[in-house]
Amino acid sequence: MSTAFSAANFSTQSFPLNHTSTTTHDSPLVFAKPTSQFLRSTPKLRLSSFSKLNLSRRSGTVVAVSDVVKQKKSKSTPTLLITKEEGLELYEDMVLGRAFEDMCAQMYYRGKMFGFVHLYNGQEAVSTGFIKLLKQQDSVVSTYRDHVHALSKGVPARAVMSELFGKTTGCCRGQGGSMHMFSREHNLLGGFAFIGEGIPIATGAAFTSKYKREVLKEADCDHVTLAFFGDGTCNNGQFFECLNMASLWKLPIVFVVENNLWAIGMSHLRATSDPQIYKKGPAFGMPGIHVDGMDVLKVREVAKEAIGRARRGEGPTLVECETYRFRGHSLADPDELRDPAEKAHYAARDPITALKKYLTENNLASESELKAIDKKIDEVVEDAVEFADESPVPPRSQLLENVFADPKGFGIGSDGRYRCEDPKFTQGTAHV
Amino acid sequence: MAAIFQGVGAAAPLSSSPSNSFDSNKSVFSPPRSFSVVRSDGIVNLNPKGRSAQRLISNAVATKADSPAASSSSKPGHELLLFEALQEGLEEEMERDPRVCVMGEDVGHYGGSYKVTKGLAKRFGDLRVLDTPIAENSFTGMGIGAAMTGLRPVIEGMNMGFLLLAFNQISNNCGMLHYTSGGQFTIPVVIRGPGGVGRQLGAEHSQRLESYFQSIPGIQMVACSTPYNAKGLMKAAIRSENPVILFEHVLLYNLKERIPDEDYICNLEEAEMVRPGEHVTILTYSRMRYHVMQAAKTLVNKGYDPEVIDIRSLKPFDLHTIGNSVKKTHRVLIVEECMRTGGIGASLTAAITENFNDYLDAPIMCLSSQDVPTPYAGTLEEVTVVQPAQIVTAVEQLCQ
Repeated sequence: MSTAFSAANFSTQSFPLNHTSTTTHDSPLVFAKPTSQFLRSTPKLRLSSFSKLNLSRRSGTVVAVSDVVKQKKSKSTPTLLITKEEGLELYEDMVLGRAFEDMCAQMYYRGKMFGFVHLYNGQEAVSTGFIKLLKQQDSVVSTYRDHVHALSKGVPARAVMSELFGKTTGCCRGQGGSMHMFSREHNLLGGFAFIGEGIPIATGAAFTSKYKREVLKEADCDHVTLAFFGDGTCNNGQFFECLNMASLWKLPIVFVVENNLWAIGMSHLRATSDPQIYKKGPAFGMPGIHVDGMDVLKVREVAKEAIGRARRGEGPTLVECETYRFRGHSLADPDELRDPAEKAHYAARDPITALKKYLTENNLASESELKAIDKKIDEVVEDAVEFADESPVPPRSQLLENVFADPKGFGIGSDGRYRCEDPKFTQGTAHV
Repeated sequence: MAAIFQGVGAAAPLSSSPSNSFDSNKSVFSPPRSFSVVRSDGIVNLNPKGRSAQRLISNAVATKADSPAASSSSKPGHELLLFEALQEGLEEEMERDPRVCVMGEDVGHYGGSYKVTKGLAKRFGDLRVLDTPIAENSFTGMGIGAAMTGLRPVIEGMNMGFLLLAFNQISNNCGMLHYTSGGQFTIPVVIRGPGGVGRQLGAEHSQRLESYFQSIPGIQMVACSTPYNAKGLMKAAIRSENPVILFEHVLLYNLKERIPDEDYICNLEEAEMVRPGEHVTILTYSRMRYHVMQAAKTLVNKGYDPEVIDIRSLKPFDLHTIGNSVKKTHRVLIVEECMRTGGIGASLTAAITENFNDYLDAPIMCLSSQDVPTPYAGTLEEVTVVQPAQIVTAVEQLCQ
């Protein structure tokens, strides 16, 4: 498997980009019918707005992962990609993500959380597929669609829900909100509202990892950083600038594109001259992989390789996950632009249903075991809501506390004392 | 480009009493500090009461050569240029803490476009003194990400104006991330670079970004003006846990001064008393300090006694030093290089009015650059920036 990703290979080999018909996706993990080169799979849905583009002529030299995984299959019995424990872990994580987001929608409409809330329904395979392979010291950088990345990384559901409710027990003390989930303990470096602005942060975290190894001589430092972002971000300067720097210095980072085809109401095809994002990796000297983001096992296989590459010091990888969000861009988005047929197509490829099928069909888990997990997660989410509800709101005194790490930054007042020594400062009523 | 400004005399401080060195780990805040008093020439005016007969100094900003009798070896400290002072401060901090690193365009092999990082790459390696591609927003963000994960980067903007491209990262991440993460992540970066109006550099290379950045919550801004405070501020900024933007000036890099050999820092939040006086408080920073001191010569000859304060800390303002001065003189003149609209002077005027209105005998006067893109032509450029003659006129007007 590693051969397909080595830098030498991907530039010389030419893998045909496969296409598939839409009907084969009930058993997505049977590799006889590999994942499509997505733009071809449903020509009606995707090309209707761009009929002149003849995508059939495009051929890339970048591997579609399905081919690689295909090589592993033997004809007699399907080789299982996961053990039972792993399978249950993946299932639980995805169900947590889904149940949590559904609860967020409920709470939003009940007036418990406000502002811009961007839900991750449908994309769980990407978060689970990648993040469950990480160690605690590895870092994750996300965007505003970050609740599930936080949960996958290990931030307790209680802390995330409290943060959404704006309570002081939230992971950011209620000061960040939906779009700014941070956790020092779990190395979740945000949560960013502007697209693209997290990618340099991720690049910096990867730089620190390399610095620790080479300058501070912590020889065993092999921390990897994952940067998650969407298709819209891939037209942004910071994306390209960071691809360049990461590749230049061989930083231990994986750039994960969650291509759900839509940036609010802007279709990826209407915004991008060459919509095949994974091809942009080789332009900067790193492998570019395209993977079916609705299939957690495929994502996991690709992630293993990409993260392994980074850990070994071989440099960054660009992974494009074809995925889909079942809900609108945010809870304020009426989601009227997307074709219902497109939505139905992807709803049929629900990653949780797919994994469930795989687990049961391969006798890795029984229905009742999976139902037990569903129930457990429901309880976790209910508990999170209860905890958040009962938590206190931030007191006024919290207002000025975290503006500066060193509060002397507020300066010296007219009386000669530092402003932060003013008792009103701790009450949050000082004038700064 | 070498700044030909060797005429400026920022001669040895008569009393080199460095500000209390500030240990950021201490939970007890040190009480206000002593000032390091820098006279702009060798002439001492210790008569605060009024006009003393001074001989007329024709070129107020010319360097006063050290008196020929003294040899440099007998004086304490060592003499260097401002860019060397910055380099010394940076190098000492890099020695002291292996997490301090530098990133920017041409900081490594080229030694920095103004030579502030000269020799550092050879000494500390290419990863610690990182030559970045031309991608300000991204490498500034990279520095911030590195700071969040344990390093202490010093990010250089080759010209401060280039940092306009990094505004996204500076505003959103540098300033706000500590807060939005609920205090979990600190961003101990120093963002530094040369700015200000140079010699016919054209509009885009002559910008004063302090006015654009001042509203960003969560950052501190300081401006250095002498080799002494350049080194002191550089070191304090690196040691600070807060993100600090250090403004240098293109024309001040070749100032020469004798600075102490021992380790010292300049407090980031304090202003510097340049010349005590009685009649009027002149608040200034960076290059305008020298225009003010030049005007001060003329003013002294005319019988005025201006008190000159280099505010140094552009955000936050040192209201104690400034307030004490206002309470003494009752008249304020602000001289800055920012544009009139929304500049540091505008904020300072507001702050003084809010806090010390009762002590003012006259409205605050603020001399700033014209709200004009800096022209290339030398004659026009000269007029956009405040000149000593205007300062003299302003003081005369204020003191009527």
